[in-house]
Amino acid sequence: MKRFPISLILGGLITGALIGAALLSRVWTPADPTAMNILNRLKGPGEAGLLGADQIGRDVFSIIMAGAWTSLGIAMTATLLGGAIGTLIGVSAAAKGGVFERLAMAINGVLFSFPPILSAILLGALMGPGALTSITAIGVFMIPVFARVSRGAALQIWSRDFVQAARMAGKGPALITLQHILPNISAQIIVQLAIQTGLGILSEAGLSFLGMGVAPPTPSWGRMLADAQTFLSSAPHLVLAPGLAIALAVLGLNLLGDGLRDLTDPRRRQAS
Amino acid sequence: MPALKKLSRQIGGLVITLWIASLVIFLLIEAAPGDAASIMLGTNAAPDTVAALRSELGLDRPLLWRYAGWLGGVLSGDLGTSYTYGVPVAGLIADRLAVTVPLTLIATLLSILISLPLGVWAANRPNGPVDTLASLFSQVGIAVPNFWIGLLLILGVALGLGWLTPGGFPGWQAGIGAAFEALILPSIALAVPQSAVLTRVTRAAVIEVTNEDFVRTARAKGLSRGRALWRHTVPNALLPVVTMLGLQIPFLISGAVLVENVFTLPGIGTLAYQALSQRDLIVVQNVVLMFTLIVMVVNLIVDALYTVLDPRLRGRV
Amino acid sequence: MFFTLRATFQTFTRSASAAALLAAGALAPHAALAAGSVSFIQAVEPAGLDPTEGSPVAAGQVTWQNVFEGLVTIDRDGVLQPQLATGWDISEDGLSYTFALRPGVSFHNGAAFDSAVAKFSLERILAEDSTNGQKALYSVIDSVEAPDPATLVLHLSHPASDLLYWLGFPAAVMVEPGSAESNGRTPVGTGPFKLDEWRQGDRVIMSAFDGYWGGAPALDTLTARFIADPQAQVAALRSGQVDGIAEFGAPELFEQFTSDKGFTTHVGTGEMEVVAGMNNAKPPFDDVRVRRALMMAVDRALLVEAVKSGFGTPIGSHFSPASPFYEDLTDAFPYDPEAAKALLAEAGYADGFEFTFKVPTRTYAQRSAEVLQAYFAQIDVTAKIESSDFPAAWIQDVFKDTNYDMTIIGHAEPLDINIYARHPYYFNYENPEFDATIAEIAEAATPEARAEGYRAAQELLAQDVPALFLYSEPKLGIWKSGLTGVWENGPVPANDMTDAHWVE
Repeated sequence: MKRFPISLILGGLITGALIGAALLSRVWTPADPTAMNILNRLKGPGEAGLLGADQIGRDVFSIIMAGAWTSLGIAMTATLLGGAIGTLIGVSAAAKGGVFERLAMAINGVLFSFPPILSAILLGALMGPGALTSITAIGVFMIPVFARVSRGAALQIWSRDFVQAARMAGKGPALITLQHILPNISAQIIVQLAIQTGLGILSEAGLSFLGMGVAPPTPSWGRMLADAQTFLSSAPHLVLAPGLAIALAVLGLNLLGDGLRDLTDPRRRQAS
Repeated sequence: MPALKKLSRQIGGLVITLWIASLVIFLLIEAAPGDAASIMLGTNAAPDTVAALRSELGLDRPLLWRYAGWLGGVLSGDLGTSYTYGVPVAGLIADRLAVTVPLTLIATLLSILISLPLGVWAANRPNGPVDTLASLFSQVGIAVPNFWIGLLLILGVALGLGWLTPGGFPGWQAGIGAAFEALILPSIALAVPQSAVLTRVTRAAVIEVTNEDFVRTARAKGLSRGRALWRHTVPNALLPVVTMLGLQIPFLISGAVLVENVFTLPGIGTLAYQALSQRDLIVVQNVVLMFTLIVMVVNLIVDALYTVLDPRLRGRV
Repeated sequence: MFFTLRATFQTFTRSASAAALLAAGALAPHAALAAGSVSFIQAVEPAGLDPTEGSPVAAGQVTWQNVFEGLVTIDRDGVLQPQLATGWDISEDGLSYTFALRPGVSFHNGAAFDSAVAKFSLERILAEDSTNGQKALYSVIDSVEAPDPATLVLHLSHPASDLLYWLGFPAAVMVEPGSAESNGRTPVGTGPFKLDEWRQGDRVIMSAFDGYWGGAPALDTLTARFIADPQAQVAALRSGQVDGIAEFGAPELFEQFTSDKGFTTHVGTGEMEVVAGMNNAKPPFDDVRVRRALMMAVDRALLVEAVKSGFGTPIGSHFSPASPFYEDLTDAFPYDPEAAKALLAEAGYADGFEFTFKVPTRTYAQRSAEVLQAYFAQIDVTAKIESSDFPAAWIQDVFKDTNYDMTIIGHAEPLDINIYARHPYYFNYENPEFDATIAEIAEAATPEARAEGYRAAQELLAQDVPALFLYSEPKLGIWKSGLTGVWENGPVPANDMTDAHWVE
């Protein structure tokens, strides 16, 4: 009982700040994140803006803020899409059982076996880089995660007495899933959503780092890191800021997910 | 012989999924725009030159024919010849694996060395200072992108302190020492997130097993806390850790692609990436198929280990 | 009209350097090992080592002039020189070229070089199933004759004043029938160095060829090290693992070497012009006023500052400052956003317009594109950047299908202004006057007429702006102090080490 509030509060605060920065960046940033000023190029923190300027003199702090919108936007969209499809597969598998369940889980297993980045590179070659590619690549790999989690959780609920009762009352599997299963597994799904969004941010950063993310001038933390690579010795501030932003965002979402899990799963609370 | 039957069923499933995977990989790659011959010949090439090279490479044959040719070759142990490099793909892959396999192995070893003691120690005194430190480490370690760690290591260790090289690989011919040196920083970058995950799993597993009946019995019989921990708890807690190691393989490979990129290592990830942008499709197909096979086989092994290691299953025998 | 160029190769510079080498070796114990060897960094590892196969830039950077030689060659100043041909006569109608071949030349495998071998080499380029990426340059050659072992005659379908120059390219080096097919892996040429070993992913090791017709080179061994990452290149230079690099790709890391006594640095000019090509067939880029306005929207000097840390030369036409024919035309449409806006308004785009900017996935291109995007925004023109996987997707989508509005790419082939007269070509640029100028250059009877033609062609392009002419890629050389004889400029992408040697 002593530990969970800390992670929940800390996670909530960081995630709140992240979402706040992302939203704020839509209406205000200290400087235009796309405005170049070549005379300011590579200037350090303080010399030009709070976090310095990048290789064409844009304000790093503003790009970081605007990058929050990109990262969060892509990660959340991908997670929500992948989560919805994955959960649908998971609860359907739990409800239907039999050949359908085995087939769904086998496909899941195949998806799980592809190294995510490699498949994302393939997808990038097919579709060209961009937001849609990132969302698809990340979303596809969310599907098996949610399918597994939701199927496991749903199977547990299916074995409960009240579900058996509903069944006796003549309700079909679809209705039971809608009325009893989904509401009872929603807590676990929400926990996964938080954690997987964090993973999504990491993946988006990795894809942008490899040049497969959103196109400029849309700011992206991963691309900032890729750009900063050749300026490592002359402008180290360009490497520090985006990396910290990524780490903090993922940390916040993970803490939030852990906190929520502790809150909703009393068994785990005891175990830790 | 239910175990044998299960295994044969699993292998059958593996073959079928691999076949499906090969089809998906082939079609996905074929559908990507671009043509190896035009890329190899550059922008000055005349159309008839491109056509000549296409026929030399066999790219003008029908799709199904090429798929059958690839699959047949793979089954007979011939992975084909790279379009751009003109050498057998198997040799190309073997050369690159000589970088990626040591890289991932060192990283895995490092992460086990860090996470196992840390996780056990943390679990031994839950909520103690070590536990707090361990959970801090695992939270931060999971959140930090490995390619960023790589950049920081280059910045701090290679450029700052002047130790080790900031990238590149001298080749194993340059001597084991030199080659190993080039892999140290990349392995660390790859190991940090890995050990964060493993620390977490180890800690949770040890705590769970400590609460199991047989450990309590052992303790009740008068076994000291430390002896009970190392005799009974840790061996039994290894199961989830091994499982996690298996499940992490796809992520380890993904991480290796990024880390190889940061340190410009001529590994398998770099090969796949370059081959794809050259549309050296035969190389890409084989690399992706090989990764899929590796992951599936590892999963199979983890499954098998499960049966061997699970105390409950063992108890029943 | 006929003109002849005859030159004898002096072996005198080479023996002088050999003496210097011995002196250097006596000075420091560690130099004994380094004295006769040079290892240089080559960023891109070629797929094969044969410059006559495929797209040969990286192959040529390793083997051209070191392992392989041509009938003629292009020297460090971009000037044509005899090589395996000692001289030539061109018939008055410009349709037949008679080469006198150098006697006593042998390949690394012992095969002799004669007119039959030369005939084989050229016919191999022209063959139906040829996979030489530059085949088009030589297609004016109708037939090749070898009347006697020391004479080679080319018959052309029409005059081509640039043909000799093209014959000096890496794509036209001499190969002999016995080894031609395996040159990609184990190259066999007539050059001063022969191949010892290719450790893939790492290095190519070459050593002096005793049987070289020009006398043994100063260096015993020559190693090309493949290191792609600039940070790692710096580390390799600093640790002394390598002796230098001819084309250092990260200008932001270059300055640390310029003040370092342990290194000699050169800021030379290369052959690569970075241009933002536009689809001249597609509105609004079919309007010359729009193209001129976009050109005036860009401050090329600052672009070079941002993308290349100030190294690199702004250009006003499609020509390299390394060429003797170069003219500075950057003042044709200098940076003037106000004038650019006015011109846009005149063309009917007072409120600007939006277009798709297909940018290949190469650092210089991506960086330049971001800068251009910001400049265009100043005149209310919105460039939507779309990354295009290079080379695969870009070659297909932009280059072959011309499915684009604007793109950006570095053109590395020397003397390639004639691409604007090619139809089809990805610019979709149509100007009969320009085509006529290029045709005149081909038929130019005198060197002066040829030079005049190139000047006229540059000026036409500068006025028409079929592409935004941005900058010429700098050639940043970093070499360990004491090494001399390396190329400072890059009229052809090369690492010619024939004359390289150590002095104290």
